Amino acid sequence: MNALFLIVIPFIASGLILLFRKSIIVKCISIAASLIQLLLTLYVLIQTNFSQGNILSFFIEWIPSLGINFSLNVDGISMFMLVLTNFLSLLILVSGINREPKRIGMFYSMIFFTQAAMNGVFLSSNAILFYIFWELSLIPVYFMVLFWGGERRQAITLKFFIYTLLGSLFMLFAFIFLYWQTSGIHSFEITDFYKIKISPAVQNRLFWCLFIAFAIKIPLFPFHSWQPDTYTTAPTQVTMILSGIMLKMGIYGIIRWLLPIVPQGVEHWSNTVIILSITGALYASVIALKQNNIKTLLAWSSMAHVGIIGAGIFARNLYSLQGVMLQMLFHGINIIGLFLVADTIENRTGTRKISELGGIRNISPFFSSTFLIIILGSIALPLTNGFIGEFLILTGLFKYYSWYSIFAGLIVITGAVYMLYIYQKVMLGQTNELSDSFIKVPWAENIVLIPVIILIFLFGIYPIPLLNLTEISVKGLLQMM
Amino acid sequence: MNNTTIYIILILLFPLAGFLINAFLNKNLPGKISGIIGSIAVFVPLILSLIIFINLKKNIPAQTIYLSQWIITGQINIPFEFLIDPLSVLMMLVVTGVGTVIHIYSIGYMHSDNRIHTFFSWMNLFIFFMLILITGANYLIMFIGWEGVGLCSYLLIGFWFKNNEFNYAARKAFIMNRIGDLGFLIALFLMIINFETLSFNNIFTAHHILSQDTKTITIITLLLLVGAVGKSAQIPLYTWLPDAMAGPTPVSALIHAATMVAAGVYMIVRSNLLFRFAPLTMDLIIIIGITTALLSATIALYQEDIKKVLAYSTISQLGYMFLALGLGAYSSAMFHLTTHAFFKALLFLAAGSIIHALNGEQNLRMMGGLAGKLPVTFITFLIAALAISGIPPFSGFFSKDQILLNTFNCCPSLWIFAVLGSILTCIYIFRVFYLAFYGEYRGNSPDNHDDEDIIKPDKDISALHESPLIMTIPLIILAVLSLAGGFINLPQIFGGNNYLDNYLAIESAETGIDDTTEYFLISTTVIVVLIMIIIVWFRYTSKPAQGPKVITEMNFIEKMVYNKFYVDELYRFLFEKPYDFLSEKLLPTIEKGTIDKTVNSAGTLSLTLGSLARKIQNGNISFYILLMTLAAIAFLAINVFIL
Repeated sequence: MNALFLIVIPFIASGLILLFRKSIIVKCISIAASLIQLLLTLYVLIQTNFSQGNILSFFIEWIPSLGINFSLNVDGISMFMLVLTNFLSLLILVSGINREPKRIGMFYSMIFFTQAAMNGVFLSSNAILFYIFWELSLIPVYFMVLFWGGERRQAITLKFFIYTLLGSLFMLFAFIFLYWQTSGIHSFEITDFYKIKISPAVQNRLFWCLFIAFAIKIPLFPFHSWQPDTYTTAPTQVTMILSGIMLKMGIYGIIRWLLPIVPQGVEHWSNTVIILSITGALYASVIALKQNNIKTLLAWSSMAHVGIIGAGIFARNLYSLQGVMLQMLFHGINIIGLFLVADTIENRTGTRKISELGGIRNISPFFSSTFLIIILGSIALPLTNGFIGEFLILTGLFKYYSWYSIFAGLIVITGAVYMLYIYQKVMLGQTNELSDSFIKVPWAENIVLIPVIILIFLFGIYPIPLLNLTEISVKGLLQMM
Repeated sequence: MNNTTIYIILILLFPLAGFLINAFLNKNLPGKISGIIGSIAVFVPLILSLIIFINLKKNIPAQTIYLSQWIITGQINIPFEFLIDPLSVLMMLVVTGVGTVIHIYSIGYMHSDNRIHTFFSWMNLFIFFMLILITGANYLIMFIGWEGVGLCSYLLIGFWFKNNEFNYAARKAFIMNRIGDLGFLIALFLMIINFETLSFNNIFTAHHILSQDTKTITIITLLLLVGAVGKSAQIPLYTWLPDAMAGPTPVSALIHAATMVAAGVYMIVRSNLLFRFAPLTMDLIIIIGITTALLSATIALYQEDIKKVLAYSTISQLGYMFLALGLGAYSSAMFHLTTHAFFKALLFLAAGSIIHALNGEQNLRMMGGLAGKLPVTFITFLIAALAISGIPPFSGFFSKDQILLNTFNCCPSLWIFAVLGSILTCIYIFRVFYLAFYGEYRGNSPDNHDDEDIIKPDKDISALHESPLIMTIPLIILAVLSLAGGFINLPQIFGGNNYLDNYLAIESAETGIDDTTEYFLISTTVIVVLIMIIIVWFRYTSKPAQGPKVITEMNFIEKMVYNKFYVDELYRFLFEKPYDFLSEKLLPTIEKGTIDKTVNSAGTLSLTLGSLARKIQNGNISFYILLMTLAAIAFLAINVFIL
């Protein structure tokens, strides 16, 4: 029952906020609602004993004749995703505390709508339900980018929408195909999908139907071309949702709906996908270096990181998958921090062009130090969160095939190249007219940056609770393959 | 929790606390207080290290201290654990000892900088990571320190961040180090896969793997060597170290001479039980070591910046340590590491004292005749110069002599190269010595001001004065250590008992050289070096007003050396330029030209198809009838002829 609340509360909040127009009230309500949501998530986390495997949380029949049910399920992996979603959502809401978008009620309402849908994605254990939540999460994001976005938003959102929608259609097709393969009374339940015996040849084709949907969402190379533009033009909070949480839907989709359902297809294609992912990671980090727009640079850096995550999934061993789980959260924390820094800089100086900035450290050493720490997390310095995730992923990749790990490991170098470059260009050197106008960052803005910093070190030094949370479910997943 | 556990926690906690205090209180503290806090944060660990050293009992040589869990999943179990053994205690003493002295010196050196708090916080952070590096009991803890010191090095090289050249140097150092770190990291993966642990205790006792799987051990050691080469600035990853001189001089002394750059040597000594099983790697280390030693000593001959000479000298001395490592003479390498920490830190601090007196001037062209003005600096620099040249009884003599003997023992032809290196060493260091302290002061001659960027007030020779006590006392302490440091490992032929070798108790290569040969070898080297010092003396004091050779007077080879064999330019051409090119071209060609174009044309295709279909729906009834008829005929035709 609790699981249902996790979906319902954000929906209610989404509707409730629409009733108000005053900025301060909207913000108070949203932060309160988000906090309640997070506490409830943590309550579910504490209540549930994950050592016993899957725990059926909620089930009602919906369209029984088609085998479509409203069934929600929580295990260690989905629990982890829920914590990620609801925690990062709160962080994203707080980060907007001194921004005033026009028609703020509508904007926040849509954020909650997205959050609800994303929670649904991570909870659903019925394919159609999963598909519905998956698409539902796209709609508010589309409108948010369209109404609150920056330059060329019409063209960019259209491409983004159609591209991801097209991917989902492949997934729907695969689900319907699987439906007809279920034994006995046909059903869309994931547990029934897991029981299907599919011939390897069919699995090989089915793999791509499912994979394309997830790969576009993440995005993995070469299905990424919607991403840099969308991340750049979207309002910062939406970029945070997209990069911090929503792309993890794709990763989660692969883990839950691809690996166990077409294991032989995965076996057959995993080398291809790993090579594509690593290529993409290196490709993105090389391109990132010459980007002049901070947000575009961060968009490419995000793609570099998820490329490594993508490769880690398909190495399919305990180390790499544990690394993937952790890195999903850590990437979310770090990328939100980075985009917040970018947003703060733009808000202060009126520009996000790297070439026009410089010397901010002269004016605000604290702000530039926080930026540096987030960068360190992002380039995986030991004792920061990024290190734990990347270390485990690369270890797993190495176990799978050593050369993959060596090539993937190159991002250790390329990441440092572009990140230190942007740090130098923006923060170091002499001030100029634009950066001179950078006034000291008020504490309100640091409210988000400080937790980000704390989390970077906390999880870098003490990752064990997270590792324990997912270990049993990941082991279970591996047994199914 | 026993005493040692508490000591080790405190040893790590003090520098960390110093970092946090200075970082957070920052400008709320007076500069001097901040320096004192910073120095205490290193001095207390020194005392504690001494206590541990005294308590270190012969019968329990190694003690692993487990603090808490860090990463556990599947077979991987990597705790926060620390190792107390003679090797780590020696390193702790060197790092905290030299560290304390340099911190105290910095109070004077940095007193006029308004970011002195930041300086001390980062210095303390460096000590913290360096201590983690040397006390870690598994490779991943070592790696924390390894990358952490790299970070501090980056921060401190770019300490004066308004200068973008310095920032570039900092970035270069970090990235070149990361290349090495990737090697280290891959070695870790290999060890996890093969040993299922990263703890030193478990790896070094896994005899069944060590002695049988030579291929794996060779690859692991080669990868570790990549890491060591990056950190210790050996060929081919050495070019970052000369640029790293952009940092304040105490930073160069502490990080880029005495401690961090020696981490690579320490790591190989620590892993000696692996390296023993990889003769191929050992040979490679010898080659890298001797080549680096000679090449960088040659480059040092023609540098004009006093700190650059010392930087190349550091690279060269590290090359000697690598040579010793390759020969299996681990404790000789550690011995040289220790004495080098003393005399090279002293050289840097003395150079810093000159630079301080000359208001930031680093060019030898602008020095000269400083002996009378800076007497303490003069004497201490001389002691350090004698030590590095290997003149008895200075510390460098004993440590370098051990390496030379080991070299001779292995292969006499290699010994000739090693001696050549020490001849080069004494030439470049006494060149600096004479150029700085002898002749006439050249700082106020107008034609020497080719440097337009930085306008420095002309210093009159009479206005120059010796540095304050807070800077000269550290010089004197280090001078005493440089003078007497060699006695910690006095060899038997001089009546000693090889204390350090016995203390470290690392099974090292034995030199089976009889006493007569040993006397002969030693005296040859010393005499040659002494002769060279005198020759250099005549060369640089015969024309007192003259500074270093000007580039226009140089011949081709000299120009090559002056330009550091164009290695920087070569690397820029081979790596930096192609990377930039790729970064610029990938977006328009592959991304926009191929991937995005495909996606967009898929979109355009559906639009085109749509508009074609729209043309059919033109509302003209006769056209519809025509289509209908055609379709009916087509169906009929298919039915009749095909089916």
